[in-house]
Amino acid sequence: MSGERLDIRVRVALDGFRLDVDESLQLDGVTAVFGPSGGGKSTLLRAVAGLTRPAAGRIVFADTVWFDADRRVDVPAHRRPVGFMFQDARLFPHLDVAGNLDFAARRAAPGARIDRAEVVDALDLTALLSRRVGTLSGGERQRVALGRTLLRGPRLLLLDEPLTGLDRVRKAEILPYLERLPAQFDVPTLYVSHDVDEVAALADRMLVLADGRVQCHDRADAVVAQLGLEPSAGGYGAGSLLEGAVVDHDARLRITRVDVGGDVLTLPHLARFPAGAAVRVRVRARDVALCLERPRGISIRNVLPGTLEEIVAHPDTGAADAWVRLRGARLQARLTVAAVEDLELEPGMDVFALIKSVSFERGD
Amino acid sequence: MPDLGPVWLTAHLAGVTTLVLLLLGTPLAWWLARTRARAKAVVEAVTALPLVLPPTVLGFYLLILLSPAAPLGGWWVAVTGETLTFSFTGLVVASVIYSLPFAVQPLQSAFESVGRGPVEAAASLGASPLDAFFSVVVPLAGRGFLTAAVLTFAHTLGEFGVVLMVGGNIPGETRVVSIAIYEHVETLRYAEAHVLAGGMLVVSFLVLLLVYGVNRRNPLHVG
Repeated sequence: MSGERLDIRVRVALDGFRLDVDESLQLDGVTAVFGPSGGGKSTLLRAVAGLTRPAAGRIVFADTVWFDADRRVDVPAHRRPVGFMFQDARLFPHLDVAGNLDFAARRAAPGARIDRAEVVDALDLTALLSRRVGTLSGGERQRVALGRTLLRGPRLLLLDEPLTGLDRVRKAEILPYLERLPAQFDVPTLYVSHDVDEVAALADRMLVLADGRVQCHDRADAVVAQLGLEPSAGGYGAGSLLEGAVVDHDARLRITRVDVGGDVLTLPHLARFPAGAAVRVRVRARDVALCLERPRGISIRNVLPGTLEEIVAHPDTGAADAWVRLRGARLQARLTVAAVEDLELEPGMDVFALIKSVSFERGD
Repeated sequence: MPDLGPVWLTAHLAGVTTLVLLLLGTPLAWWLARTRARAKAVVEAVTALPLVLPPTVLGFYLLILLSPAAPLGGWWVAVTGETLTFSFTGLVVASVIYSLPFAVQPLQSAFESVGRGPVEAAASLGASPLDAFFSVVVPLAGRGFLTAAVLTFAHTLGEFGVVLMVGGNIPGETRVVSIAIYEHVETLRYAEAHVLAGGMLVVSFLVLLLVYGVNRRNPLHVG
């Protein structure tokens, strides 16, 4: 991927809300801008796109100054080579689907080499081309919007909550495209979302934004592991992202086995990943229980031995987070302070992790 | 058969006025729809003045402003050798001011209902502001343009007081239908008055029917 840098130092003041960010982003793959609603995520994205003018600061993309309040530089939105995908799609209702795509293709950034046929093919838009925009479903609309944004030939893709407002079925329909396309078209992507599941599925890096300030900025798996401690995720979404490879499938039992650093996990069957495919799986901390002995006669399929590494108690909520070192991976478990005291859990103890549910996040 | 000269003159005046007002009213309405400047309220109030002022008030001030003794009227005489008062050109100027709200208000509300969304989307796809205006805003505000054009045209057809004050009653130059009807009635030539008045009634009705008919048959496609 491009490996360009985006330096953002901006201050935006809007109706009493303040955004104050000073970050340098390495644009590799997908960077999620994550945080609670009203935390300033969309405002940050709009400032990068040139749709909202910051009160002060400087935005530099790969050595090109897009905005500099001191030097009075403000490259207008249409001259910044970004593709902005809006939460509400914003397709042009006076044009059909093909017309919307052509609108972007005709104005593509000079030097952009994005092939219309390839975009249409990648997003399965062929059947929609002659449809009026008003007759599209929410999911179809977002697919067209994504195609239109790609056809602009952007060097940076800005996705502003593209899945918010869609139901689960529609989300599942769009997510695979969002997973695949930034890499297929080699465009670094900033992805705004307040949904930890989406972010875990898509992001390589994560920037957490709350109250207009950056709370943390790191690799996605590191941030997700840490999120249980962050108020912005409400403690509920905390969990572990594990990198692994598909071992095999059992079509009769409808299961897929995945090797995670030497341990084998059993997951619900997902045939789209062939054996050997690299995948990322997510285990929510609240789906992990600990046991001092290997349990017998238990319905849970995933029981893995490990060593207790760290325990952090939250006395105010009565919750406790424990981290277990498996053969090659590290797993977070959400327990209670009462359980920790009752079992006399301490770092260094050998335990068995009982995993109630594991989900696929993505295949690379 | 009455003299049909006033009919063509009126149509000519209304057509030219509509054209001029679409050209001038569009940028003004666009500015009003987008600006957050404090001056907006003042400009809106001034734009709406012709709706409430008696035409004689408007006509009186225009007469003073356009007269060869005033700076504007004098400048026009110096440049073109013709006066603005009691001339067709002067009538166009007066009609543009008189019908201003009928062009600006429908356009402004059409632009407002298009909103910023499509404009931002167009900009993010590489369209310059002018490009975005013509390729996105104009098609989406199409009915606003039709309404503005038809209302301006129809309102100019019905102009009387301002014309009387600024233009007088010169055949082929300022003698529009409403003035001709007035004169026919004054001279008790009711038959001719009937033809022109009936014609105005029918034309005005047909024009308005066109607007409402189009609005009913082509509901705006909302994405």
